[in-house]
Amino acid sequence: MNFNLHDLIVLAPEDFLLGATCAILFIDLFLKQSQRAVTHWLSIAALLGTLGLVLADHDPARLAFNGAYIHDTVAAVLKVFILGIVAMVFVFVRRYLAERKLFVGEFYTLTLFSTLGMLLLVSAGNLVMVYLGLELFALSSYALVAIHRDSGVASEAAMKYFVLGALASGLLLYGLSMIYGATGTLDLAQIRQVGGVGVNGLAQHPTLLAFGLVFVVVGVAFKFGAAPFHMWLPDVYEGSPTAVTIFIGSAPKLAAFGMAYRLLDSGLGSLAPHWSQMLAALAALSLIIGNLVAIAQTNIKRMLAYSTISHMGFLLLGLLNATPSGYAAAMFYAICYAFMTTAAFGVILLLSRAGFEAEMIDDFKGLNQRNPWYAFVMLLAMFSLAGVPPLWGFFAKLLVLKAAIDAGFLWLAMIAIGMAIVGCFYYLRVVKAMYFDAPADKSALVLPQDLPLRWLLSINGFALIALGVLWGPLIGWCYRAFGL
Amino acid sequence: MNLILFYVFAAVLVLAALGVIAVKNSVHAALLLVLCFFTTSALWLLMQAEFLAIALVLVYVGAVMVLFLFVVMMLDIKVEPLREGFIRFLPVGVLVAAVMLAEMLMLIGVRSMQIAPPADPAGHSNTAWLGEALFTRFLLPFEIAAVILTVAVIAAVMLTLRKRVGIKSQNPSKQVAVKASERVRIVKMPSAVRDVAAKSEATP
Repeated sequence: MNFNLHDLIVLAPEDFLLGATCAILFIDLFLKQSQRAVTHWLSIAALLGTLGLVLADHDPARLAFNGAYIHDTVAAVLKVFILGIVAMVFVFVRRYLAERKLFVGEFYTLTLFSTLGMLLLVSAGNLVMVYLGLELFALSSYALVAIHRDSGVASEAAMKYFVLGALASGLLLYGLSMIYGATGTLDLAQIRQVGGVGVNGLAQHPTLLAFGLVFVVVGVAFKFGAAPFHMWLPDVYEGSPTAVTIFIGSAPKLAAFGMAYRLLDSGLGSLAPHWSQMLAALAALSLIIGNLVAIAQTNIKRMLAYSTISHMGFLLLGLLNATPSGYAAAMFYAICYAFMTTAAFGVILLLSRAGFEAEMIDDFKGLNQRNPWYAFVMLLAMFSLAGVPPLWGFFAKLLVLKAAIDAGFLWLAMIAIGMAIVGCFYYLRVVKAMYFDAPADKSALVLPQDLPLRWLLSINGFALIALGVLWGPLIGWCYRAFGL
Repeated sequence: MNLILFYVFAAVLVLAALGVIAVKNSVHAALLLVLCFFTTSALWLLMQAEFLAIALVLVYVGAVMVLFLFVVMMLDIKVEPLREGFIRFLPVGVLVAAVMLAEMLMLIGVRSMQIAPPADPAGHSNTAWLGEALFTRFLLPFEIAAVILTVAVIAAVMLTLRKRVGIKSQNPSKQVAVKASERVRIVKMPSAVRDVAAKSEATP
């Protein structure tokens, strides 16, 4: 029960990130607006330093703070990608922020705090830590959505996100309290061990536990943005500045996967047959609603929001398998999805400039004639999202479909394939606009002088092909994380 | 006895909570919310959690709700437009709520809702136990909660602080460093007799 210093060493990445974030918060106070780049590079350095600490730790799985913090390979893999993607997002958004007078220190500190919340969430070992990690992440992202204070759409999006997020947190907390009531413990490993039996001689409450499970699944589905808990997603994606959308759309999906894994497998693994069915229903709804509604969108950010809903349906296909190979497939999918989103939003960020958001599909007309290379990057992102071989997205889809069929959900796999074909329509529409429509403005695209953005975006696009071919090591890492 | 009291307080709590969302006057709603918090603290007292009960009254009733009431009274919210959709969606809402409630009651059963007063481990007072748990077993969550509060402060400042032109703001360091000689300037003027009669003639 006692505190010892060794626990802090296990938490080294989080300690470092928290310290660095507080330091950046203070340093930023004394910087002039012209020196804001210091904050920018310090934030990236903080993320990379944390990444280094995560990678440097080769110790076997262990617990810290009386089981509140789990250090294992699942957490390590998720943390590596969360940190890497957030660092990438920082590079992508700098110019966008600067052109809209949003290049402020708060963007960086809030994003870093949000990242810290995600790291704690994927390492959570008890119910309290799950909730606190989630709140730290969510509270920062509500504020980030509202960062553009004078924009009505952004305020509306922030308000919706905040109210629905608070509601979902309330539901999750209600479920957690029932699980605590049924088992008498907060510790996830103990909850799994005792199931509905109860420690400390409490009466048996299997129904109460199952009841708590329903609320937990609702909370998790909200964080994923799976239908029918997806209402916030399109408005938030469309309303928030693209710089915030790219953040919300990428790394948090990995954190949501971590949270689902911790709660559903580490905690409620004994109820897997029950939640598997619930996730199957959520997956089917997400796939159908996401893909069908996306067809009608003309705003590319909103279209990508609906595409997110359908992709979360795919991710749930892996999760509902409830075996290590299923989890590995879902994790692989989450990582792949995060990189596809950053590529797609990266191109939107690149094309936008002061007073022009490049958020309508029409804005992409004839991009190939104006700038073939970035049209090609967008083409890769769209093909990968649609699941065209040999790109990365295809193999991710293949693995989750295999997981769903292995779990005996053949009907669901059929729906998923049918909907993936429907989904091709709206991804290809963007490609058609870029390659076959005449541009409104025939002049060559004036690219911003932001070389880090251009290089990293090109690498991101290239990664979608490279990992489509060389996906072995990554999936191997995912399998190892789950002990396969 | 405890159980009877529990049900009485629980009934008051539920009714007050319903009142918060059902009454038309927003000041009444805020006052009913005070009643909610108060009853909750009574429930905690029943479970021998004195510290939590008093903290709830002090923090929520004493500080948060008073502030809330101030805001509600100052904003002077028009009541009618807020509840335009209320009657229209009422049947659906009531139906969903009733079905959910019935399901919950059927699933859990009223019996399992009975509360068992927690056993006091080593004769500690509730406050001592809470303090010990917070700083040993729950140290990490406690620290994370502090980080969350920091985020809330940053977000609140970011969303509300505006630097406008022409705003009259104080500069504390200037205020502290000020000297008496800078504050009052004594002007020596030669004394003169005002010509009252001439002035009143000039301005009719």
